[in-house]
Amino acid sequence: MEKNFFVSSSPHIYDQESIPKIMYSVSLALLPAAVGAVYFFGLRALYIIIIGIVSAIATEGILCKLMKKPLTINDGSALLTGLLLAYNVSVQVPLWMPAVGSFFAIAVGKFVFGGLGFNPMNPALLGRAFLLASWPTHMRNFTGVPHSGKISGIDIITSPTPLEVLKTAKDILQNQSQYSIEKVNVYKQAILELSDSIGNLFWGNVGGCLGETSVFLLLIGAAFLMYKRYIGWKIPFSYIGTVALLSWVFGGKDGLFSGFVLFHIFSGGLILGAFFMATDMVTSPVTFRGRIFFGIGCGIITVLIRQIGGYPEGVSYSILLMNLLTPMLDRWTKPRVFGGANKK
Amino acid sequence: MGLLKSKSFSGGIHPPEHKHETEKKAIEKCPLPSMVIIPVQQHIGAPAKPVVEKGDTVLAGQPVCESTGFVSVPSHASISGTVTAIEQRPHPLGPGVLSVVIESDGEDKWVPGIGYEENYLELDKKEMLSRIQAAGLAGMGGATFPTHVKLSPPPDKPINTFILNGVECEPYLTSDHRLMLEDPKKILLGMQIILHLLGASRAVIGIEKNKSDAILVMQRLVAELKLPFEVISLKVKYPQGAEKQLIKAVTGRSVPSGGLPMDVGCVVQNVGTAAAVFDAVASKRPLVERIVTVTGKGMNETKNVLTRIGTPFSFLLDYCGGIQDHAGKIIMGGPMMGLAQSSMDAPVIKGTSGLLVLDEKESRRCAESVCISCARCIDVCPMGLMPKLLGAFVKNDHIEDAKNYNILDCIECGSCAYVCPAHINLVHLIKYGKMQVAKQIKKAS
Repeated sequence: MEKNFFVSSSPHIYDQESIPKIMYSVSLALLPAAVGAVYFFGLRALYIIIIGIVSAIATEGILCKLMKKPLTINDGSALLTGLLLAYNVSVQVPLWMPAVGSFFAIAVGKFVFGGLGFNPMNPALLGRAFLLASWPTHMRNFTGVPHSGKISGIDIITSPTPLEVLKTAKDILQNQSQYSIEKVNVYKQAILELSDSIGNLFWGNVGGCLGETSVFLLLIGAAFLMYKRYIGWKIPFSYIGTVALLSWVFGGKDGLFSGFVLFHIFSGGLILGAFFMATDMVTSPVTFRGRIFFGIGCGIITVLIRQIGGYPEGVSYSILLMNLLTPMLDRWTKPRVFGGANKK
Repeated sequence: MGLLKSKSFSGGIHPPEHKHETEKKAIEKCPLPSMVIIPVQQHIGAPAKPVVEKGDTVLAGQPVCESTGFVSVPSHASISGTVTAIEQRPHPLGPGVLSVVIESDGEDKWVPGIGYEENYLELDKKEMLSRIQAAGLAGMGGATFPTHVKLSPPPDKPINTFILNGVECEPYLTSDHRLMLEDPKKILLGMQIILHLLGASRAVIGIEKNKSDAILVMQRLVAELKLPFEVISLKVKYPQGAEKQLIKAVTGRSVPSGGLPMDVGCVVQNVGTAAAVFDAVASKRPLVERIVTVTGKGMNETKNVLTRIGTPFSFLLDYCGGIQDHAGKIIMGGPMMGLAQSSMDAPVIKGTSGLLVLDEKESRRCAESVCISCARCIDVCPMGLMPKLLGAFVKNDHIEDAKNYNILDCIECGSCAYVCPAHINLVHLIKYGKMQVAKQIKKAS
């Protein structure tokens, strides 16, 4: 009997990439930040991370069964969503909150739209937005951070993250007459101290969400992903570059071009957002110029929210808003076809 | 020359080369098969028409089918013997094709009139071109476009640059590489004829950097023969040898969408074709044999083999020790653009640059999952297309959209499917989509 051979269309060889490999690599790249979270915030950080991940995977599994879809809990995407959601909450949230957040992220952020590959917005960020809108006091409670660097004299019950201190300080300094001289002086001092806190910001010794505080640990992971080419330079660099430029021009208390750039880059969730969430493949543009515009748009919205918006931090909303523009960006920035077929 | 190093195009991939299996192996002569199958269609264009009948005795080099138009070439008996059948036979490019089957008499007797003529360069151009067509030449890089057509550009398309394609960017294949090492003079003399025919002022030999020995051989011989040719070493990147990408790398010109190389004053020919041009013009020798790289994990031995056209794959594979038990896929050509074969009975044709036998493990592909818009396909597409969207359009039958996103510009190089982490068969979808678009255009006209 003659042997049967495989027949298929070309090509007949492939590189060794797969979606699970990408997802697990991104998760692995986030691992240093998890270690940092436990170091800075204590064991409770670990519980939150585990709950976030387990809830995300469980939600994915149950929904796959209910909707009679192939079980996709092993592709690593639910794990990554759960991990990122946990990174986006404070260590002080009640332990049920990461569970609810992950459930929302997977169920509403992803499955409603048809599952992986079809979600218009980053599921983890949508989960975070849901939590922030539903339980703002829990989400903005950054107290009791054991190792956190403290800023002298400031009521750490209300304003412990550097960006929040900055925001409050700006409000107070602009309306000095309404506050006691003592308070004004405290915040004047605080602003000076913030400028000196770059070291703490870089290593992560500040208040904030679980995964966002240590620039150093996040950059280790980002470097790994860039080396593996799972993330490109276009979105993170254009995003951070835009924030740097706009913060320098508009972010200072002494008028234009007085902003302290490093502070704005290292504080808040910018590094986490720019390298790990804005680069989410499903929800970011696919074209070269589209990615650049996407990063610039994220940067503009982030600075707008930080400078004049109601929230001290704007990374997550800026990415969510730009996610919605992704299909349009792709349409406007089609690559130039070799031979000029689409040149009009 | 140093300044011209590493020219290239944008996009592309770096698959494992797998050239070491055969690149150091000298060309071996395959023994004569007991039977050859000569299909009437071994080229792009009108199929040839058989001119022999069952029972006829034929000599090697004797035409067995004649061209039926300008874009058509004859084919010749590659061995001497008896025509035993003229019927549909398996063909490497798909379903059965009318073929002339010749049983060997074992004597390899040749038709008279083949022999080197000293003053071949004094022939007039018309005679040269008719010799090229009569010899049955079609592009030996794999695309098999009739050579004489490419070499007779219309008067309104002057050619100023001729590029000899020694890139051989497909992994595994080494037939062009070996030819450049073992018979460089024939290639260069063929190139001289081509240049004479085209009247081009610039002649370039493009070779990928990974064949440094071939670059050296070519440079030396060009100097020795005092030929006005440039040897350019190109960046090792797939698909560097694709016609449009090669022209871009060498001249910086972009062949317009839907256009031909002659629209930007260029003609490209494969090194094997150039050598065959020399044989055809200087010796009136028809194209009846070529070099085939037989390679892959599924083979017992890997070789570069000089094989008569029409030799059944099974005979050639057996000459190389046969396929292994765990062989899973037989591909004619390279792994990126080659065609998977369902039968070992198909014959070597003029465009057969290699036979690649993969083992079972290499032959299986992971199940397809959903696209996560990673955009790798867009990053690597050498044509600036968006394969991810083209695939989705075709899947959902949005043929109009596929057309608007320039699906017809796809050169089917396979880079997109190679890098796809969701293992989507993008080339398969795009090929199908192109057929649909072509149908639509036909209907409209």
